[in-house]
Amino acid sequence: MRPHFDPGFLAGLVFASLVAFFLVGPVILSVLAGVTANYQRGILESGITLAWLGRVFELYAPTIALSLGIALATLVATLLLGVPVAYALAKAPGRLARLAEEALVMPVAIPGIATGLALILAWGAVGEFRTHWTFILVGHVLFTLPFMVRSTLAVILAAKLPALEEAARSLGAGFLARFVTIVLPNASPGILAGSLMVVTLSLGEFNMTLLLHTPFTMTLPVGLADSYASMRLEIGSAYTLVFLVLLIPLLVALQWAADRATGAPRRP
Amino acid sequence: MTTPIRLQACGFTHADGTCALQPTDLSVEAGETLALLGPSGCGKTTLLRLVAGLARPDPGGCVLFDGRDVTDLPVERRNVGMVFQSYALFPNLDVAGNVGYGLKIRRVPPGERAARVARMLAMMRIQELAHRRVDQLSGGQKQRVALARALAVEPAVLLLDEPLTALDAKLREQLRVELAGLLRSLRITAIFVTHDQGEALALGDRVAVMRAGRIEQVGSPHEIYHRPRTRFVASFVGILNLLEGEVADGLFRLPGGSLPASGVAPGPAVLACRPEQLRLDPSGTLAGRIAAAFFLGDRTRLVVEGAAAQPIVVETVAAAPRPGEVVRLAAEPGCPWPLPPA
Repeated sequence: MRPHFDPGFLAGLVFASLVAFFLVGPVILSVLAGVTANYQRGILESGITLAWLGRVFELYAPTIALSLGIALATLVATLLLGVPVAYALAKAPGRLARLAEEALVMPVAIPGIATGLALILAWGAVGEFRTHWTFILVGHVLFTLPFMVRSTLAVILAAKLPALEEAARSLGAGFLARFVTIVLPNASPGILAGSLMVVTLSLGEFNMTLLLHTPFTMTLPVGLADSYASMRLEIGSAYTLVFLVLLIPLLVALQWAADRATGAPRRP
Repeated sequence: MTTPIRLQACGFTHADGTCALQPTDLSVEAGETLALLGPSGCGKTTLLRLVAGLARPDPGGCVLFDGRDVTDLPVERRNVGMVFQSYALFPNLDVAGNVGYGLKIRRVPPGERAARVARMLAMMRIQELAHRRVDQLSGGQKQRVALARALAVEPAVLLLDEPLTALDAKLREQLRVELAGLLRSLRITAIFVTHDQGEALALGDRVAVMRAGRIEQVGSPHEIYHRPRTRFVASFVGILNLLEGEVADGLFRLPGGSLPASGVAPGPAVLACRPEQLRLDPSGTLAGRIAAAFFLGDRTRLVVEGAAAQPIVVETVAAAPRPGEVVRLAAEPGCPWPLPPA
């Protein structure tokens, strides 16, 4: 018996591989440049080194730390603001609540640079705020809050929480008790997916932060741009590697959480 | 555990102004099971929610538990047990967690809580499911968990919203029997909502038939079936034959003959009878032709044409005649009876 051969499958495989290379190829090149001793002479001739990575940490450690700090602070803020808002929106009937939902998406639809400008117009003259890292935090919260609300809201609506809450009430649970024992646990897949999304977006946000930052409040992507503009190519490339190492686990976790939140079947 | 319930002038109007329930008076005696029966949208679930405290009656309405005014008490402080149509089991808790939830909220110590949960699971015969996730339960199991959860807190009254609707026919029958036994043995005051007349008649000590936001009649299942007070109740509960004819000389004259009609004023009339109030009888005074026969297992439902203007439904437990055969019908005493006013 001859092995089954499907030309359609082979063509698909070749095409998919080409697209994947087209997408990932430049990134791989950049990452390789980050561990190449001398890019001009090439990786084969000059050899592999971790020295550039060391230089990145030397130069940008505060930037990386600040970025992680802002991402965490953004997460805390969006949790405290976004979860109650999603809960309130899920409970509120009528057009006003739907309008509020739409209004929350606005910052996503507006280019980051425009939001950044608006923030500078509104707050730029207020004391030391302009130069404080919390100024960037405000921008990031504004940008990421809709994702937290949307993600939590979707799960709350799908979980039929109003019915569960009525059941909890009939069993004697007051507001706080049922919020903690019923609402939060049943909304947790959405909250988790939203949290990962918020951290990922905050770490990667560039457009708005470029405008909001000062030399003392530089974040990861802004630092990346800075390193490409003012350092050796190898340092910028090593920076890319650092960035990827931080972000890729988050993206994988995000995908996993999103699958869990939407109840998508687990892949074997 | 037996609490009488009284509703005084309880109406309910939605925020948009539509009236779901006209001001209604209703009393349920201690330990009694009342069935709220009616088509969808008749206000029966609204009435149940008013009793539960999940909704507030319009101003002037008043809900009394054991003579005490509870109108201002929200559901969480009324001590009611509720079984929801969709069961509303908590997906984040296992079966034991669901059943014990109300006890945990009431701060019952863990040891006593576990004992009571075990007792409830045993009563519902689902001990082996204690640590099962609720999304791994069948419909019937979910129903039992929902009941166990509602009863675990030893509520003053038990309220059930279409408790059997989500189940398939066979299981519904089985759980109906179990539920009837449970309600009898617990002697708990219970109100349950259903659109299934069979369920209402079988489970209710009394039945309240509702239509368009009003209670049309409250009575024992026997009264509701045999002495319906309105035309709607007569036609909604069971099968009803409507006969158009003329009363003269104590006889009700129909196209296919006549039936006795004592105590009915002479002249044109529409009289009613249930299928089982008519029987096949060779010496009967009303003749018709079998149009269709439906074998139901324990009996056969026959549709007889030509006897009256509309086909008549008759049921027989004897060997059924075939379609096309001519049969004669006789009526039970007191049948046909005058229809109540619309």
